[in-house]
Amino acid sequence: MPSQPLLDVRSLVEPDRVHRRAYSDPEIFDLEIKHIFEKTWIYAGHETQVPKPGDYWQFQIGRQPMVMVRGNGDAVHVLFNRCPHRGVQVCGSRHGSGGDALTCPYHSWRFHYDGSLESVPLESGYRDTRFDRDNPDFQMKRAARVQRYRGFVFASLDPKGPDLLEWLGDARMAFDDICDRSPVGRVEVVPNCFRVVQRSNWKFFMENQLDAVHPSVTHMSTGYAAADVERKLKRETGSQPLHYHYLSAFATSFDQWDQLETAGYPYGHTLLGGYMGLRPTDADTLEHERVLAAAYGEAKKEEILGRNIHHVLIYPSISVQSPLQQLRAIRPISHDRTMSEIWHFRLVGAPEAIYRRSLWYYNLVNSPSTMINADDLENWQRGQFGLNSNGGDWVSFHRDYGRDRDANGELHSTNGCSELPMRAQFRAWLKYLTETE
Amino acid sequence: MAEPTSVAAATALQTHHEVSQFLFQQSNLLDGKQWQAWIDLFADDGLYWMPPGPEYTTWDGVPSIFIEDRDLMTVRMKRVTHPNAWSQQAEWGTSHVVSNVTIDGTDAQSGDLLVRSRFHMLEVRRDDVRHFAGSYQHRLRRIDGGFRIVLQRVDMVNAQAAFEYVLQVWV
Repeated sequence: MPSQPLLDVRSLVEPDRVHRRAYSDPEIFDLEIKHIFEKTWIYAGHETQVPKPGDYWQFQIGRQPMVMVRGNGDAVHVLFNRCPHRGVQVCGSRHGSGGDALTCPYHSWRFHYDGSLESVPLESGYRDTRFDRDNPDFQMKRAARVQRYRGFVFASLDPKGPDLLEWLGDARMAFDDICDRSPVGRVEVVPNCFRVVQRSNWKFFMENQLDAVHPSVTHMSTGYAAADVERKLKRETGSQPLHYHYLSAFATSFDQWDQLETAGYPYGHTLLGGYMGLRPTDADTLEHERVLAAAYGEAKKEEILGRNIHHVLIYPSISVQSPLQQLRAIRPISHDRTMSEIWHFRLVGAPEAIYRRSLWYYNLVNSPSTMINADDLENWQRGQFGLNSNGGDWVSFHRDYGRDRDANGELHSTNGCSELPMRAQFRAWLKYLTETE
Repeated sequence: MAEPTSVAAATALQTHHEVSQFLFQQSNLLDGKQWQAWIDLFADDGLYWMPPGPEYTTWDGVPSIFIEDRDLMTVRMKRVTHPNAWSQQAEWGTSHVVSNVTIDGTDAQSGDLLVRSRFHMLEVRRDDVRHFAGSYQHRLRRIDGGFRIVLQRVDMVNAQAAFEYVLQVWV
């Protein structure tokens, strides 16, 4: 067998373009799993998914089957979902409660919520053997690091590397923005996770979230359809429900999208700034503003609501749309398949109407019946189709190249339609794949 | 004295037949992509609802896979028939089978018929086959000698499974 030539990933990324193999090569995907997903901070879930001791929720880090478990009190643990005895998956439902102890269904080895061994049956049979309950080999293995920021739980399988807060950097504003909109500074998960498989490389999703040129093209049909009915309702009833605007806004002109701002932070996190008319002056919004002013004072309220965020992408696993309290996590399956997990949050203490209007966004834009992502997933699948082909080698990220402002490692652009977010993501991608130790 | 019983039985049979035909027609319109005719099966205040799981008792204030009145159905119809609905460029079709039609009774207040049935739907899109199945619960109102849908609740056994791609139209 001739051996494969050694891959030099450096040759795949240029400042303004990227080689198609970054999307189409299973070998590159293996490197991404190893050096990005199974190394850096990956979103586990929100602490309110597991409110009671023993509650668990399964998720993936790279190819590893993990489970987030509520311990006693405030503790949240992240474990490999694997019994050290014979390797059997301990937690069998997508989510549930482990009861008094996480119990393996095969031979009833039992584990504390932090993965340490509680008991094994017939323990006398282990006398004078190498079995040792204090040895990690006889415990459910823990993720190397687990840290939380404002209730959002991240885990890393690498004991080294920056702390979560340092790693998030300015991108932590995604969580500040979502939480500060609650008068008590907290959000609570809505306990439903929609899951949709994208037939495309995970980076299509990451790039698309901050691509302000695509909406008016990709989503033209829905934008026009919603605007039609919106006009009819206005004519007949004199008012337009906000959720029609959520759909019709996708057909906003290039010019308007270009007025947004983009930023790229270290580690690949990226921002699209903009508001999509989400600070209207209806009674519900004004009531929300009153509640926030009462909790924080007028100046702080203005600071909170004046934040200019459309999407924040926490590379490589989540996209946060803080003004609508939505979060999408992605779990790559293979170089051409990606699982997305879609969540909605409630602002604790905020008026019910604020929750309800963002619920419309969850149902119409982010549910499996989405009238928006239907065309996104179609386009990404077609993109994967093209990048698997020999019809050309390069993916172009030239728009507004050379006009990014670099300030202490942060890239900024005042053009919403700039391809800065893609360039910033690949700058981080290359760093992850080349600085491997 | 047997006569009233047989009359009641004949009425029940007749109603069951009418309801079944109506449900079959509902699925035929979906398979035939006759979107406006399908929307017109709904009462003015009619709703199409697909909850995320069988334990949901209301759509009010909780997530739904679909919760649409006639206006939102119209948005969906206008989307899929727009020439730039890119995802519609892929050839696709569905085939429903509706069965196990059971009339549970009549709502004491509204007089709506309460009907349960089950469905299987196979979808082919490009070269991919997807299979959806579950139950329908219908509230049907008698209007002008026919039925109109007040509520079509669709509980898919697939509801919490990962979706390979999305649902572009109603099931």
